[in-house]
Amino acid sequence: MKLAYWMYAAPAHIGTLRIASSFKNVHAIMHAPLGDDYFNVMRSMLERERNFTPVTASVVDRKVLARGSQEKVVDNITRKDKEEKPDLIILTPTCTSSILQEDLQNFVERATMDTSSDVLLADVNHYRVNELQAADRTLNQIVEFYLNKARKQGKLAENKTKIPSVNIIGISTLGFHNNHDCTELKKLMAELGIQVNQVIPQGASVHNLKNLPSAWFNIIPYRELGLMTAKYLEAEFNMPYIDITPMGVVETASFIRRIQAIINSQGGDVNYEEYIDNQTLYVSQAAWFSRSIDCQNLTGKKAVVFGDNTHAAAMTKILAREMGIHVVLAGTYCKYDADWFKTQVKDYCDDILISDDNAAIADVIARLEPAAIFGTQMERHVGKRLNIPCGVIAAPIHIQNFPIGYKPFLGYEGTNQIADLVYNSFTLGMEDHLLEIFGGHDTKEVITKGVSADSDLNWEPAAQAELNKIPGFVRGKVKRNTEKFARERGFSKISLEVMYAAKESVGA
Amino acid sequence: MTLAQPQPSELNFDCETGNYHTFCPISCVAWLYQKIEDSFFLVIGTKTCGYFLQNAMGVMIFAEPRYAMAELEEGDISAKLNDYEELKRLCLQIKRDRNPSVIVWIGTCTTEIIKMDLEGLAPRLEAEIGIPIVTARANGLDYAFTQGEDTVLAAMAHKCPNQAPQAEKDERNAIAKLINFGKKKEENSEYIDHPPLVLFGSLPDPVVTNLTLELKKQGIKVSGWLPSKRFTELPVIEEGYYVCGVNPFLSRTATTLMRRRKCKLINAPFPIGPDGTRAWLEKICSVFGIEPKGLEERETKIWQNLEDYIQLIRGKSVFFMGDNLLEISLARFLIRCGMTCPEIGIPYMDKRYQKAELALLEKTCKEMGVPLPNIVEKPDNYHQIQRIQALKPDLVITGMAHANPLEARGINTKWSVEFTFAQIHGFTNARDILELATRPMRRNNNLKDLGWDKLVKEEVQA
Repeated sequence: MKLAYWMYAAPAHIGTLRIASSFKNVHAIMHAPLGDDYFNVMRSMLERERNFTPVTASVVDRKVLARGSQEKVVDNITRKDKEEKPDLIILTPTCTSSILQEDLQNFVERATMDTSSDVLLADVNHYRVNELQAADRTLNQIVEFYLNKARKQGKLAENKTKIPSVNIIGISTLGFHNNHDCTELKKLMAELGIQVNQVIPQGASVHNLKNLPSAWFNIIPYRELGLMTAKYLEAEFNMPYIDITPMGVVETASFIRRIQAIINSQGGDVNYEEYIDNQTLYVSQAAWFSRSIDCQNLTGKKAVVFGDNTHAAAMTKILAREMGIHVVLAGTYCKYDADWFKTQVKDYCDDILISDDNAAIADVIARLEPAAIFGTQMERHVGKRLNIPCGVIAAPIHIQNFPIGYKPFLGYEGTNQIADLVYNSFTLGMEDHLLEIFGGHDTKEVITKGVSADSDLNWEPAAQAELNKIPGFVRGKVKRNTEKFARERGFSKISLEVMYAAKESVGA
Repeated sequence: MTLAQPQPSELNFDCETGNYHTFCPISCVAWLYQKIEDSFFLVIGTKTCGYFLQNAMGVMIFAEPRYAMAELEEGDISAKLNDYEELKRLCLQIKRDRNPSVIVWIGTCTTEIIKMDLEGLAPRLEAEIGIPIVTARANGLDYAFTQGEDTVLAAMAHKCPNQAPQAEKDERNAIAKLINFGKKKEENSEYIDHPPLVLFGSLPDPVVTNLTLELKKQGIKVSGWLPSKRFTELPVIEEGYYVCGVNPFLSRTATTLMRRRKCKLINAPFPIGPDGTRAWLEKICSVFGIEPKGLEERETKIWQNLEDYIQLIRGKSVFFMGDNLLEISLARFLIRCGMTCPEIGIPYMDKRYQKAELALLEKTCKEMGVPLPNIVEKPDNYHQIQRIQALKPDLVITGMAHANPLEARGINTKWSVEFTFAQIHGFTNARDILELATRPMRRNNNLKDLGWDKLVKEEVQA
């Protein structure tokens, strides 16, 4: 047993559900007790999704414990097949089904006989993998299933497209700025004259997966999701893949150079050097920013970086290599892939932290006292407590990290966004610091509340105590309205009764 | 479920498949740890439970909450590790870091399935570490959302002291009263002599004060409240005490108080809405043989103050998808406000505990001349959405999983969970209920004429 207050990566089934609900017309059925369908709330809230999340539960209750859930699961699969006619139904195990050890694979096989949809059991174990690993596996499982199916039916796409083309693998629902990144990547590909063959899983249809092999190569923008699929496609179809994240000016350039090499090795003839130069020097503002005196002022400032592998590694390199900021600590919660992280950042930071214990990270931040933090929502709150500004660069995230405006982290527009994020974090910190030195805003004294703060009215201790229980940000309003009410009615003392009477009458 | 009612109800009860969205009952720790200030809640479960809590409770998680997960690992599941030793280690850590007056263990689905004997381990560990341990099985196998609080309070009812400490006994003694003549007597004279009354249900302190004052106006003294602000202040419960619930989801607590603590349950409608509050007060008064004073005028006045809000919903229809068991009381209040209600979905319907509330619902419908709602226990959300699309209600009270998709289809929604966390009890808070219920209507008035009602493309569906 482990005493835990908070976790960075979600349980395994969340990863499977993210993949399932990213595809079009794929339905996930969770084998789970009542209340485990919280994923639907998150998707509906965070992504502000207009459609019903295609996830239902086959509810595990007492009766299921007594006699097994076989009929129920099979019924729920066939029912969903009739109701929604999905292309694929994914039976999703949870922590509960892991310990019940029912033969879910057998239910899937039985259900398949009566459904027009395909049915798969997600091959994930709650106690062995986390959200990110599960998502990676599930995506690979689906791709493998449909490519095998297409091969059996002789429908597998064999020929490459005429012009160079690419599959973008790993864009998914509830991923950090994934949709904006996807748009930016498509734009980048268009500018390089590369056709986007398919984007998976977001918005993809399982029917089109058979065409994956017609792309010239695959790109895996995020370390956490898609690598298994890319490796499978490489082994099976000899498709090269690029696992460089095009985040930051330098990495974007090496990402593009790698594309160039791959295309040319397959008989293409492209040279992107001029494009890279032009983008770097004149289109993206990030290179110019690093030269400007704004950025000069950031030289040697201390920062801590923490997040998932992709974003924490890229951010560390951007801060150290492109902005001259002193990264005192870079860390990741992807413990299962720690070696990769270490090799990525070892030249760009003083220290490396591999941990999924949020208290450990908070302690280190408190000890190091950086000028800014780049982390998850948890580090943002640590920053709040310690009065250190924080830019959010990775999941876990809140609704404010699903902006409506265009905010990619990848590609050339991404470099602009990151420059803003970094610069704003540091300036705010500086401004805050100056305010403290000079004793706050000089306008403090003139701010009045309209109604005099010292009132002629007497608050009885009980009423005063009650008033103090009201949250600070509305207390002033409640106090003023109650006093106004008391004055109008000629009460000289404010008792609990007067307080409630005021609330009833004027909504104080 | 057997009906313990003398005459058959005209209300129609259905039961569907139980495929509905609700919060896991472990969510009760979020409000109970805040209510019981010296407690620590330890949820013994998996990452799934932890993930739910950390997301459902949003920013509260960052306020150093007095709750944590005892996260079960593979070794715990396969019994490679000793449950007792593991729990002891964690509870000692909690004792050292937080020093609470009580540790509440929340059993989950996993502890049920692997049959971890929490009730058996608790007394042993309690004796060893010197902190009371309360065990509540608030799991998703058996319960929905607010029923979590019910399991905790039922467990806590066992921990209430049997008799008042000696000092208090003396005060009640007639001679002591004489000695204490003056202030003490004056205070007591505000109350009519009646058997002790203990109220149960966790409410924010301002609402507790408010309801206590309402009863005081009728001369009724509230001897205690389950739960109290602190675990060390749990009320004395002796045989023969009267108890009354303030929330509709507390049937296990009520049963425990009646059967195990030999209390008398006052079966009243719940003090939600001015009509409910008045009926609640009147019922308590009638049990003690007190003639209620000024309630009619009070209720009338509250209704007058609500008129601006009521105008927005009068004649409109409301559909409850059902997820928190407040549905019957809220529907009864909204029908009294002039709404119609075709369907009340509810996770679980205890017809005995909610008997008075159901009777008031029926009476309200008759008096308002509206058809009786269909009460659907263990609803099926998929079927409900089809019924919603057919009925096109003016307002759907639902969970967050369905709210945005329904809004995108031009159906007004109000998030049901807000009713659980807002202050909705008593005369004073009736306005807050309507503040919530009318918000989509007020939003619509602001945005009308923009032609942005339906924001999904026509679905191509067979």
